[in-house]
Amino acid sequence: MNELTATTRPVHALVLTGFGINCEEELAAAYRLAGGEATIVHFNQVLSGETSIHDYDVLNFPGGFSFGDDLGSGVVMANKARFRKLPSGRTLLEELRAFIEAGNYVVGICNGFQMLVKMGLLPDFAGQQEREVTLTHNASGRYEDRWVRLAVNPRNRSPFLKGLTSLEVPVRHGEGRLVIRDEEIRSRILAEGLNCLTYCDATGCETELYPHNPNGAELNCAGLTDTTGQVFGLMPHPEAFLSLYNHPDWARRKRLDPNVSEEGDGLKLFRNIVEHISQSRAAQPAEAASNEVSL
Amino acid sequence: MENTASHTIQLIPRPGQHDGEGARVAEAARRHLHLFTGSVQTSAVYSVRYPLSAEQLQSFAAQCLQDPLLNDAALDEWAVAPEFKSYILVAKGPGVTDDEGTSAQNALQDFLGTELDTRTQHIFSKRLYLLEKKLPEVDLRHLAEELLGNKLINRFVVGHTADGIRDFTPQPGGGADSTTRTIRLENLTDEELVQLSKENVYALNLEEMRAIRDYYYSKETQISRAEAGLTPDPTDCELEILAQTWSEHCKHKEFAAVIRYRNAVTGEEKEVDGLFKTYIKGATSEVDRLLRANGNDWLIKVFSDNAGAVRINKDSLFVWKVETHNSPSAIDPYGGAITGILGNNRDPLATGIGGARLLFNTNVLCFGPPNWSGPLLTGQLHPRRVFEGVRKGIEDGGNKSGVPTVNGAIVFDERYRGKPLVYCGTGAVLPMQLAGQDAWEKKIDAGDRIIMAGGRVGKDGIHGATFSSIELDEAAPATAVQIGSPITQKLAMDFLLLATRRGLIKCSTDNGAGGLSSSVGELAGISGGATVELEKVPLKYPGLRPWEIFLSESQERFTLVVEPAKLAELNALAAEMEVELSDIGEFTDNGRLDVTFDGQPVASLSLEFLHEGVPRKVLEAEWQLPTLHEPKLPASLDATELLIKLLGALNICSREAVIRQYDHEVKGRTVVKPLMGRTGQAPQDAAVVQFNFESWEGVAVSNGILPRYGDIDPYQMSAGAFDEAVRQIVSVGGKLPNLTPGDGIFWSVNDNFCVPDSVYDPVTNPDGKQKLAALVQLCEALRDMCVAYHIPLTSGKDSMKNDFKADGQKISVPPTVLYSMTALMPDVRRAVTSDFKAAGDVVYLLGDTYDELGGSELYHLFGELGQNVPRVRPAEAKDLYEKVGRAHDANLIVSCHDLSDGGLAVAVAESLFGDDNLGAELTLEGELPALAELFSESHSRFVATVAPEDVVVFEALMEGRATRLGVVTDNGHLVIRHQNKTVVYAATADLREAWSNGPVNRVMAGEELTLQA
Repeated sequence: MNELTATTRPVHALVLTGFGINCEEELAAAYRLAGGEATIVHFNQVLSGETSIHDYDVLNFPGGFSFGDDLGSGVVMANKARFRKLPSGRTLLEELRAFIEAGNYVVGICNGFQMLVKMGLLPDFAGQQEREVTLTHNASGRYEDRWVRLAVNPRNRSPFLKGLTSLEVPVRHGEGRLVIRDEEIRSRILAEGLNCLTYCDATGCETELYPHNPNGAELNCAGLTDTTGQVFGLMPHPEAFLSLYNHPDWARRKRLDPNVSEEGDGLKLFRNIVEHISQSRAAQPAEAASNEVSL
Repeated sequence: MENTASHTIQLIPRPGQHDGEGARVAEAARRHLHLFTGSVQTSAVYSVRYPLSAEQLQSFAAQCLQDPLLNDAALDEWAVAPEFKSYILVAKGPGVTDDEGTSAQNALQDFLGTELDTRTQHIFSKRLYLLEKKLPEVDLRHLAEELLGNKLINRFVVGHTADGIRDFTPQPGGGADSTTRTIRLENLTDEELVQLSKENVYALNLEEMRAIRDYYYSKETQISRAEAGLTPDPTDCELEILAQTWSEHCKHKEFAAVIRYRNAVTGEEKEVDGLFKTYIKGATSEVDRLLRANGNDWLIKVFSDNAGAVRINKDSLFVWKVETHNSPSAIDPYGGAITGILGNNRDPLATGIGGARLLFNTNVLCFGPPNWSGPLLTGQLHPRRVFEGVRKGIEDGGNKSGVPTVNGAIVFDERYRGKPLVYCGTGAVLPMQLAGQDAWEKKIDAGDRIIMAGGRVGKDGIHGATFSSIELDEAAPATAVQIGSPITQKLAMDFLLLATRRGLIKCSTDNGAGGLSSSVGELAGISGGATVELEKVPLKYPGLRPWEIFLSESQERFTLVVEPAKLAELNALAAEMEVELSDIGEFTDNGRLDVTFDGQPVASLSLEFLHEGVPRKVLEAEWQLPTLHEPKLPASLDATELLIKLLGALNICSREAVIRQYDHEVKGRTVVKPLMGRTGQAPQDAAVVQFNFESWEGVAVSNGILPRYGDIDPYQMSAGAFDEAVRQIVSVGGKLPNLTPGDGIFWSVNDNFCVPDSVYDPVTNPDGKQKLAALVQLCEALRDMCVAYHIPLTSGKDSMKNDFKADGQKISVPPTVLYSMTALMPDVRRAVTSDFKAAGDVVYLLGDTYDELGGSELYHLFGELGQNVPRVRPAEAKDLYEKVGRAHDANLIVSCHDLSDGGLAVAVAESLFGDDNLGAELTLEGELPALAELFSESHSRFVATVAPEDVVVFEALMEGRATRLGVVTDNGHLVIRHQNKTVVYAATADLREAWSNGPVNRVMAGEELTLQA
């Protein structure tokens, strides 16, 4: 592939669906609005080998209620990734590791974050895909849909969050409370800045108070990356704030400022990743041409 | 079923991990049952009937079920810490949907890497509760039945840990039972016919039973049955098919009946040739004529399919259906509500060819007061439990399907404590064309295959259609309960979406009430016949009789019509998406519905007799004037105090704790949500939802329901509910239809009547004539309103027996009608929300206030009903709505909130709930007494704000229909003056506090409310 085609080929996101995933449409729309391309496929199309994740730049695990949250949120899907063999003879989890090693990006939102955590991909200090953290029932015991404010950790490693200091987004979950295995994992998360998103109050200060921290998560943590920054998971839904008109206070804001931007905070994350991948390709056209990496 | 060795896996919270469920159970037991349990520990339990080695079991538990951070696993033995003295094991009854068990089977299959039979239940999920205190078994059982499950669907094992823990695992069925019986009707007496109908839950009356008997034993039928090798007597399956097809639920016999109506007040007498034909279909025909005459031809399909359809634009249709699921919700609130939602979802999904994309849900619920302290009859659940169960069912039904619940309403009245009303609505978008065919059409030819898709069949829901057509009593059949499985339905829904777009499905319908007998029976009417081979229907477990298979209402099933040449491709897609398909027969054109089991006839019915043979009812209605009076309220009342009380009243207070448990914005298109503003707490009128991300077109959704007004005047109640729904849409920026030629602004309305038994009987229903007269008046108003506003009805439902009978008493719902409306919003960015936005904006009252406190929330505070019910004045209202529409077009209105319960004062307060820093200074110049100005619930009014610079243009445009009340302030106080006196003075924050801290949010927080004075 020559340099020209490498840089003009649009950034292509693969969005998984099926088995109760239900945020695939708005997530695909987010990439398209951000100038990328998105393809929605059923999870089984990947497991059957009909679709290869290696043909894409970003792999997306959207929100929803895969398998109805039975056995714990994200667990049954994570099991499929861990145990089902693809025609390649590898599991999807093994393919994912190769995908990440090749420099690509994986994001999980809400139920998708739960899947990544239950696969052991976040934070995965040991590199063994063992569960170092988990996501479980909110402290309130309830599913809730409400808007929260997040502070972005300035030391975060995710290109999704480049240039962002805070954002508003809705949470819509019943199992978003982050529990960390032990003190060692906790201090490493903090030391390495993997807790990329933190619940905060209206003034932007981190808080553990409900409902600002809607689920009682440890470290008031709303999102994590792995140490490469290529795997990113978060409970809130940036794909649900693509336009101003998603925000519960849009009408008042428009009254006070008729020129307020019609774009939502959430779209910025997708613009960031599309731009980042395009630029990396431009910088290293040779690598961008091939995603194939052997284990 | 082979009883293989069973394993047990128990997951116990790890030391130090918070057991939230346990804590909540202990707290609820203390609050609601006054039982002191000490600490409660919960465990998930899985009983596994697959043969697994000890090693397999151990790794399955560790790798797939256990979260190593949260719980420990005990295998094949109970882990009970010594401090726990009592236990309650909660299992599901045989055949009850067990999604969690099924998911565990899926996980086991993935884990072992081998094919397992995951369609039959081999893993059973349970919960074990360990209680610190040693409680008597009777208390443990009470706790289990009240807080941990429902005895109709769950099995509870209770006891003391010292005696060991007894287990329960369902053992469904014995062998298959292919027995078909015949039932002799010949020479039965009238009493025997009625008794037969009652014993078999046919819900057919004497005349209908006679019609069946006379049909069967006519010479013609006997000869044709003999020739076809059929028994002379009807089979059990035939009678069951007739009973469900002729049920009130399916045939709407009372809405089709001839009604002899007499109004004793006016002396008017008339014969109504069917309520449906006269008022509902009649109104829509008239409206369609008015629309077409003006170049508006968007009304595509009405009343003839699972849901009505209107055209959005040249590429797509909007499909919209609202239904009720009252009887099942009364006995199993969670299961009733979740199957209500999922069942209603299947209607737009399976309209025309099928495969519409679901856009939103909306739910309107009527309950008894959650603080009810009166007696409960045998089998009657406490209203708080019904409320909590239904709410949870709606949460799971909507959230787990990925369909946003964009708005709704909850109405409380003591008369809903016997039977709640659970209205579920779903809107969807269907492409105009699917694989080159008109998507809204249902075409079937002889030779097309009958394919069942989705869940398997069990005994659940048998007799749902007939059961909902009779009054509830303490002996309600347990099989009438179904549990929905949102995940099974989501799989089927995703499959339908793809299969229809690939042209693999000719058309589809859902399996709801009556199961296959209803879906196939109805579709057979299109081709002219059908043959079904019941042995091909996959079962959840053996032991079902043929008629049970045909009638079962097991959920999440669709019936697909498929051309034989497309079957292979369809099956391949289904396999990939893990949806089970079964080819169960074919459509014919011989005029008969034939049902066989292993080649033996089970039923053979003429379609003509099945669909047209039901005798028409003739009913009596007579209207007598109710005794009414206007109350005299004390002169010394303080309006500020009244306002605060009203904001905390059951029917006005905040529903936030309920709303937040529904996902109202999945799909990312909800533009006007239930609660908005800076606080995220200002209640809105209609919801507004964008259709897709490619354009700004969308739809406004509203609900109108005013049951209490019906106690004064049914006509005005119905007209008012209709107007309420219309004005909510006008409030958010919607425009009335047909104002300009070919404007294409569609409106689509579902009418849903829920009334008590309205068939007169001197002993069992002495006021039946009055109730039926009320129903006639509701319908008259509906027709008048449709024609006045040019708004068509596109679909609807009637539920006729909303009574709960037990212990010799009857609790009947008030006659209730819900109008659920949708209208095109050409640009959702122009939507207007209810909350005041900025200090300095000018506040207006749009429309006119009358002394109409009858049926008001104010009177209700004093236990009074009153007489001066709000009247709809359609001509004035329409004029106002047109003006408001023009003001919206000119972007002049900054906020707009419709006036309803609690009148102007409540509406103004609610408009402030978006921002505690805002206030308002208002002066009421009207001549009515202050209480009427503040709290009268006159219809067709709004409170609106306008930016100061737009005031002159706005007032000119409104031509006197806008009354300037004052301005929005930034001092956080609401001040209202009337006749030179300050009548309301309160901090915005205090008003919001009264509203937010109302009884609904407190019930949701688990508080035990005391009855209000």
